[in-house]
Amino acid sequence: MKFTLKVWRQTANPKDTGRFRTYEASDISPDTSFLEMLDIVNERLIERGDDPIAFDHDCREGICGTCGCVVNGFAHGHQEGTTLCQLHMRSFDDGQIIWIEPWRARAFPVITDLMVDRSAFDRIIQAGGFISIRTGSPPDGNAIPIPKDDADLAFEAAACIGCGACVASCPNASAMLFVSAKITQLGLVPQGQPERWDRVRTMVAAMEEAGFGACTNNGECEAACPKEIPMDLIARLNRDLACSLLKK
Amino acid sequence: MATAALKFYSTTIGKKMVMAVTGLLLALFLLGHALGNLQLLGGPQQLDGYAAKLHGLPALVWAVRLGLLLALGLHVLSAIGLWLRNRSSRPVRYQVQRFRETTYAARTMIWGGPIIALFLVYHLLHFTTGQVHGSFEKGHVYANVVAGFKVWWVSLVYIGANLTLAFHLYHGMWSWLQTLGMGHPKYNRWRPIFAAAFAGVVGGINIFLPLVVLLGIRR
Amino acid sequence: MQLDPKIPEGPIAEKWDRAKFQLKLVNPANKRKYSVIVVGSGLAGASAAATLAELGYGVDCFCYQDSPRRAHSIAAQGGINASKNYQNDGDSDFRLFYDTIKGGDYRSREANVYRLAQLSGNIIDQCVAQGVPFAREYGGLLANRSFGGAQVSRTFYARGQTGQQLLLGAYSALSRQIGLGNVKMHTRTEMLDLVVTDGRARGIVVRDMLSGEVRSHAADAVILATGGYSNVFYLSTNAKGCNVTAAFRAYKRGAAFANPCYTQIHPTCIPVTGEHQSKLTLMSESLRNDGRIWVPKEAGDRRPPGEIPPEDRDYYLERRYPSFGNLVPRDVASRAAKKVCDEGRGVGETGLGVYLDFQTAMERLGEDAIRDKYGNLFHMYEKITAEDPYEVPMRIFPALHYTMGGLWVDYNLESTVAGLFVLGEANFSDHGANRLGASALMQGLADGYFVAPMTVGDFLARAGKSSLSTDSGDFKAAQTEVNEKIKKLLSIKGERTADSFHRELGKILWEHCGMARNAEGLSKALEQIPRLREEFWGNLKVLPGRNDQVNQTLERAGRVADFLEFAEVMVTDALSREESCGGHFREEHQTEEGEARRDDERFAHVAAWEFAGVGKPPVLHKEQLTFHEVSLTQRSYK
Repeated sequence: MKFTLKVWRQTANPKDTGRFRTYEASDISPDTSFLEMLDIVNERLIERGDDPIAFDHDCREGICGTCGCVVNGFAHGHQEGTTLCQLHMRSFDDGQIIWIEPWRARAFPVITDLMVDRSAFDRIIQAGGFISIRTGSPPDGNAIPIPKDDADLAFEAAACIGCGACVASCPNASAMLFVSAKITQLGLVPQGQPERWDRVRTMVAAMEEAGFGACTNNGECEAACPKEIPMDLIARLNRDLACSLLKK
Repeated sequence: MATAALKFYSTTIGKKMVMAVTGLLLALFLLGHALGNLQLLGGPQQLDGYAAKLHGLPALVWAVRLGLLLALGLHVLSAIGLWLRNRSSRPVRYQVQRFRETTYAARTMIWGGPIIALFLVYHLLHFTTGQVHGSFEKGHVYANVVAGFKVWWVSLVYIGANLTLAFHLYHGMWSWLQTLGMGHPKYNRWRPIFAAAFAGVVGGINIFLPLVVLLGIRR
Repeated sequence: MQLDPKIPEGPIAEKWDRAKFQLKLVNPANKRKYSVIVVGSGLAGASAAATLAELGYGVDCFCYQDSPRRAHSIAAQGGINASKNYQNDGDSDFRLFYDTIKGGDYRSREANVYRLAQLSGNIIDQCVAQGVPFAREYGGLLANRSFGGAQVSRTFYARGQTGQQLLLGAYSALSRQIGLGNVKMHTRTEMLDLVVTDGRARGIVVRDMLSGEVRSHAADAVILATGGYSNVFYLSTNAKGCNVTAAFRAYKRGAAFANPCYTQIHPTCIPVTGEHQSKLTLMSESLRNDGRIWVPKEAGDRRPPGEIPPEDRDYYLERRYPSFGNLVPRDVASRAAKKVCDEGRGVGETGLGVYLDFQTAMERLGEDAIRDKYGNLFHMYEKITAEDPYEVPMRIFPALHYTMGGLWVDYNLESTVAGLFVLGEANFSDHGANRLGASALMQGLADGYFVAPMTVGDFLARAGKSSLSTDSGDFKAAQTEVNEKIKKLLSIKGERTADSFHRELGKILWEHCGMARNAEGLSKALEQIPRLREEFWGNLKVLPGRNDQVNQTLERAGRVADFLEFAEVMVTDALSREESCGGHFREEHQTEEGEARRDDERFAHVAAWEFAGVGKPPVLHKEQLTFHEVSLTQRSYK
């Protein structure tokens, strides 16, 4: 297969505001994944002495959350419920023009080409996305039963891989889906109750400080989420924040 | 408590909630207003009588007016705050951006707002105070309405504005549930249906009335 | 070099308690004066960094990823073992210990494995308290499932994402400590050397992958939790970034590397489709519960699977192992697949694959039952291969998955370099020659949460502060060495990319040091690898002149350079271990039926290799393994 790639290129030089460059990707097997296609393009660029396209990736099986670009206007590409590394070239048309852009958000500054800095997510977790227990002091695992439904929903929320597609796809670059997933997971288990109201306050504060936009309930995040985390969780986050106002 | 409330309002979620609550109040008023307007169909006596009855309770009228003004002010203020923030949250736009789930209504909320605000000013000057009305007579609501709508472009403005309003209401009426945290997986699929029904009733009535006049059913 | 395993005296069940009593303690007020470096932020690294910080030590944690949450522990699917006996099916610490020792083909250290079993229950408690959403029963209690190599249900799980959930638990504990200022996190930072002075680890040299800056960090103790080296084979189920560099540089600074030839090959991976392939995807072993594995009887039979009648199919596992059938252990299933493919009976375009067929199971149980059990796996398979496993049989092939070998450590997880501790997959200690399913997560967390925080404290109490600053000569020298190496890589200006060398190295190893090995092939590999390495240093091409910002070609080249050296140590070990055990199968050492034959007389030892200098073969040291609690038997799955 053959494709024309329009790729965002930007160096670490602060004066460089970036631009699109065009590359031809020819002789691509339909069985290659999107990232393998970029590997091939890069290998050819290196051989010609050109600057290869920098992009983040690691596990290449859709669980580490490292990879991600906006491909033809869709975060992680047009296929639903998958990360970019799970997208295969057979789902594109031969000869197609493919626009490849980095996640764009004030809170995710571009580092180089398609790599962005997502440390804002880490800062949100550091602000309160945990249960404060120290190693060695917990009760037996079965000491507190948790209703199966709660445990299952907590798991669904915890499936978030922190890739940032929710932010990238949101018209407002909002991080509400990411934050709500963690709030939901820890808010559903009994172990998370003691810090529940403080947690939502500090995590939301960290989210706001990072410069993410506001949620306008348009649902792009849940459509782009490779783990298909539903935006219902955002309602839970809203509820918890409102309730936290009444506590303490 | 006051500082806590201010802190809460300083968050985007706080502003959203204020928008949801005030928007809900405004929407409920609109529903009442639209249902009240239906009395146009009952003829001059019914409508004028209804208006007179309302004006017989000046305390209520002014309480409602002040309440609505406050709600509207907060609604607009919060909207501007959020809009400014959202504009700055993505300094570099995408070359290609495609949407999968967001509705036309959701994307045009921010433009619907100013259009509705402008229309509101016009509407008040038109039917409440009469400055932009050719033959305004205080207290003769029925006559004012019929005379107003007889001008085809006035009716067109009303119809256009109410279409915009219906879209605005559609997104707003399911959105407030989500924003105030009233979601439940079991009932969430009813939210858009409820919102469409609400927007349909309010918008429908308000579009229906100028048509009634234009088509000469009421004169 | 002295290999003193420092196994505590006394009955096996009391050893850890005794050790904990004998370990010296650091006064709580003094803990903050000590600094510890943790390299790696997977299960072992994150849990160790968080726990040490909770105790009061000053911790610097390093990872090459953009966030500690992305370490490859996240990809573990199946579960984590613990001897809780919640199922009342007769589990105990001793049974978990026994299963692990036996599953490891009697090549691991009894005392370490017993401690692992003892700590396994605490791990579950710890994770539950962190909010890890383990699967639960309707009564609200924790659910278990069974896993290969055990006859009890002791595996705790969170659907197919147990590793992710456990890692996010450890990451949350780590994040809390980062937020409190007790851990300084260095992301996108790669360790490139270890600094050793007077036999003690003093710190590390790292490269900032964004700015290209090479700098040093000094500390009173260094912990490596840098994972395994499966990627030496190029294609594996590991993440693309996984590498041996940190462990290998420690080896070159005096840490012995133990049993590098013990590599685990997982039988159920999605086969390679072509040269472009960058990594392999694992599918849960549970598929073998209902799938039947077969190939055509005749070599070169290219008919589509549906057109091959039953009499022309060879269900080779059922034929060769009538009692275990398709459920033989990983190593046996993998080797059998290789054998039929070598005979030219492999399926798929490349001929490297066997069918995993659910036809019989679907006829017996109905398609819905299969969908219920394996729906998500079938879905994943279809996404990758564009074939519908409900219609055509899956194609699978073995792939490199885990490495049991690693840096040699004593009972305290301290390497042969004082003050250098090695945790998780990066060490060699608990899995012997073959790891059982759901044991890797257990080991990483036991090391990080419970073992290292005690034993590192003991080291600090005994050895005191290091008091060697990064301005000292040894740091400067190490930093210069790292800079020189980078300069050299950037200056070669040859024709071939690092990836192309890596692929070639992978092919050599897969061919000669993969599922089945023999002296001839291994010797051939020992000739080929240095040749390839020589070409690498003469004909490499990276993005030249860029060392002040992101240069992913340079990162990759540095890792491949280390793989090229490390591969030789691995092959040397495989050649010297003249027996078959666990993941190491020597064709010369098999029974008449083609099964692995151990040689306990000559090889019941840990082979720890010491770096002897550039261009010199490594020196072998042996730690004799003694078994008091179990008797050595030959595994049989007939």
